Amino acid sequence: MIAVIDYGVGNLFSLKSSLAAIGAQAETTGDPEALARADKLVLPGVGAFGDAREKLAQTGLDAAILSQAERGKPILGICLGMQLLFDGSEEFGFHAGLGLIPGRVRAMRPVVPPQLKVPHIGWNALRIVRPHPLLQNTREGDCVYFVHSYYATDCERHTLATAEYGAELTAAVARGNVMGCQFHPEKSGDVGLGILRAFCAIG
Amino acid sequence: MIARRIVPCLDVRDGRVVKGVNFSGLCDVSDPVELARRYAQGGADELVFYDITASVEGRALFTDILRGVASTIFIPLTVGGGIRELADFERALTCGADKVSVNSGAIERPALIGEAARRYGSQCVVLSVDAKRVDGRYCVFAKGGRVDTGIDLLEWVRRGVGDGAGELVVNSIDTDGVKRGFDLPMLRAVCEVSPVPVIASGGAGCAQDFVELFRALPGVTAGLAASIFHYGEVEIAQLKQTLADSGVSVRIV
Repeated sequence: MIAVIDYGVGNLFSLKSSLAAIGAQAETTGDPEALARADKLVLPGVGAFGDAREKLAQTGLDAAILSQAERGKPILGICLGMQLLFDGSEEFGFHAGLGLIPGRVRAMRPVVPPQLKVPHIGWNALRIVRPHPLLQNTREGDCVYFVHSYYATDCERHTLATAEYGAELTAAVARGNVMGCQFHPEKSGDVGLGILRAFCAIG
Repeated sequence: MIARRIVPCLDVRDGRVVKGVNFSGLCDVSDPVELARRYAQGGADELVFYDITASVEGRALFTDILRGVASTIFIPLTVGGGIRELADFERALTCGADKVSVNSGAIERPALIGEAARRYGSQCVVLSVDAKRVDGRYCVFAKGGRVDTGIDLLEWVRRGVGDGAGELVVNSIDTDGVKRGFDLPMLRAVCEVSPVPVIASGGAGCAQDFVELFRALPGVTAGLAASIFHYGEVEIAQLKQTLADSGVSVRIV
């Protein structure tokens, strides 16, 4: 069973539907104890890093995620959920993250040329920099759907894929059992479903 | 490179997809869920789903259809029609929409844009505008393009983006349904004042119209159309191949 972590951030309808569509058993839960019973965790998230981090702390889900990560349970962070896996973010001041993957989350504006709009919204092609089971169904150049204004950096050692948007933006990362994608696999058509399928097959 | 998007629009009335020519003479086309599935398979990058009569009759959004689409199709989904308050945003988003498009509701109460952007983020808030040339300037029309508000299009767009709209859909009433190409002058004027992505709507008649749109206007990130896709005059997969062959960056599925 996959636990989709519900901490009141964002809309889980598409994520739940896409997991159902690939035949995965998934349960949406905000209960830290349910994370211990699950085989895998998905950490979604939309909105501001600081608010999301605070909600994880208030609910005790942060400690539960860390302890499951420690036990080697596969975890997939999506969008803001991926950003939360890093050491911290500079979105509206500095906020510490979960520290599961070394790296920082920074504003995209200073690295993206002025003629390109921020947020980075839309379908962009993946450049695969490191083969990984999470990307076993994904090919170089496959397009996935992004919506974000901040990006993960200083994480080259754990980067699986990037996307070019006037700058090379981190698109997918992994460190051991902890994985993340900046894009939305649940909104990325068949390519996205392929990534979710690959995650389900891990472990 | 980010891909330019092809966005079929599904105007829905009484649970069916319709498309008006110059917003009148509505005729029935197809089942929304089935049509949405067909488009997604063909490579549609996003779907826009309008309850076109809602702004007149105050009808509730067709949430069943929306749920049906969002639980089987995994591409971004925008919902509009009759969006007047935050509760309308909430209902659309919990049924699987990613973005909510406001039009008449924002004209009646412009504060709605800012309220929604603060609550759900700018990426959720699409400002959709129907505009038409009146006495040499572009005017915003309300109620499905039937009522001239007298508001200047460019001022309205500036204000909307300033309040937090994350994307604009610009529909030219002058070219809508005419099928002789997008309204490039109107779109160019909007692109010049908009820092956010602009989605062009109204006037596509063939694949070449999209090629011209994307070549002429780098600020236009997406092209929206309805009838040419509904009636199969332009197949999305073929359109995207034509765009790719013309050097336009697109997602090929």
